Amino acid sequence: MQAIAVTGLTKRYDATLAVDAIDFAVPSGATVGLLGGNGAGKTTTIAMLLGLLIPTAGRITVLGHDMAHDRFAALARMNFSSPYVALPHRLSVEENLRVYGHLYDVKQVGRRIAELAAQLDLGELLARPAGQLSAGQKTRVALAKSLINRPDVLLLDEPTASLDPDTGDLVRGWLERYRAESGCTILLASHNMAEVERLCGHVLMMKQGRIVDRGSPAELLARYGQDNLEEVFLDIARDRARAP
Amino acid sequence: MRPALRRIWGMMYRHLALYRRSWPRLLELAYWPTLQMCIWGFTASFFAARTGNPGAVLAGGLLGAVLLWEVALRSQMGVAISFLEEIWSRNLGHVFVSPLRPWELVAALVGMSVLRMTAGVLPAVLLAWALYAFNLFALGPVLILFAVNLMVMGWSVSLGVVSLILRHGAGAEALAWSVLFGLTPFSAVFYPVAVLPAWLQPVALVLPSAHVFEGMRAAIATGAIDWNHLAWAAGLNLLWLAGAALLFAWQFRVARTRGALLSIGE
Repeated sequence: MQAIAVTGLTKRYDATLAVDAIDFAVPSGATVGLLGGNGAGKTTTIAMLLGLLIPTAGRITVLGHDMAHDRFAALARMNFSSPYVALPHRLSVEENLRVYGHLYDVKQVGRRIAELAAQLDLGELLARPAGQLSAGQKTRVALAKSLINRPDVLLLDEPTASLDPDTGDLVRGWLERYRAESGCTILLASHNMAEVERLCGHVLMMKQGRIVDRGSPAELLARYGQDNLEEVFLDIARDRARAP
Repeated sequence: MRPALRRIWGMMYRHLALYRRSWPRLLELAYWPTLQMCIWGFTASFFAARTGNPGAVLAGGLLGAVLLWEVALRSQMGVAISFLEEIWSRNLGHVFVSPLRPWELVAALVGMSVLRMTAGVLPAVLLAWALYAFNLFALGPVLILFAVNLMVMGWSVSLGVVSLILRHGAGAEALAWSVLFGLTPFSAVFYPVAVLPAWLQPVALVLPSAHVFEGMRAAIATGAIDWNHLAWAAGLNLLWLAGAALLFAWQFRVARTRGALLSIGE
């Protein structure tokens, strides 16, 4: 079964074509990477998947719900994390998580917050205002927020941006465990190629609003004759010829 | 608790937590209504002392008008500023990817507006009673109808302001504080509609507030309730609220088309 199915998805802003008739599907339980340079259309695609942005054309279904007509049923089972969307700075971490617990109608929200605090090592941060946290701490809190409702589909926009290698590794490890334990479907937009190689079973390469290549990391490495995804990324971004 | 009520409570909890942590925000709620009431209270006392009984009626009308107009102002600001808090904290992206429906957000903003208005206006009402022996509650149960009509008008105007903020972003923020002040001259807050030039009177009569204040003055002067004005206020409020709701729904859809929910406030 496909957790996410996208057909002919297009977004045009006046003369700018941000996303150009893309098609893809993400099977339930898979982790799929969305790669591309700045302006490739990754964030626009994620915003359309979340219902924040109305597509110019095309169709999105998430967990069997058509996002054009039934997005709230899907949103209750989805969540999202991005370092570029903040949580209210003056509220404590616990208050922030409690707000989202209510918004997602989480039963026994206090117990869920305690679970997440234990798993993501947030115990000492719960009483602190979100605005006083370091970048790494904010990322962990944002991740806790994105998991508050035990989502079946998780959309992550550069989840480890601005993290030090140690914290980034912890977050990646935690995402791997969460996916293995919950069977959650993850769509991950990232510029960190090592992260994508580690977490993703399938990769969509975007450029100028189009999906220009796709496959498993191993398939892409073989296809481009490269040792790592970073070189594959550069081949695509710079229009370097494919290896035979 | 039903999921919709829980989501509405979640958004209200977000704002209540903010006030719990910020005494300047709490102080600000009551500061302006209390200051207004003091200035107009002393002015009204001066008139009453100079002119005897007619002056006392005038003083009562002025104080009642000041306090009831604050109901409309605080209700309007309560919705608009709570919405702005979401923009300032760059939190809209998270809020609108949750299952929260737009009408539930509006319900939460209205709920916060009622609490903010009560916290702002009640101290001024009590102070008017303590300092000037003016008891707003002496108007009787009809006071509730006056207040509800002014609150609904405040919500309609604020939904218009929120729609403009969705459309124009930070450039429209100033309207959150100023827009209802612009309607004060036509709302007949401190004088009857008849004082306005004939060509302006139709403008006043399409404002629910003008009918509320005409009714209030009649109640203070004669003790009788003018149901005609109250019916006009309620009918106009229904039209205003429906128009504002349609405008909000339209601008929310436009914001989703333009991608403004992610970039607003930046």
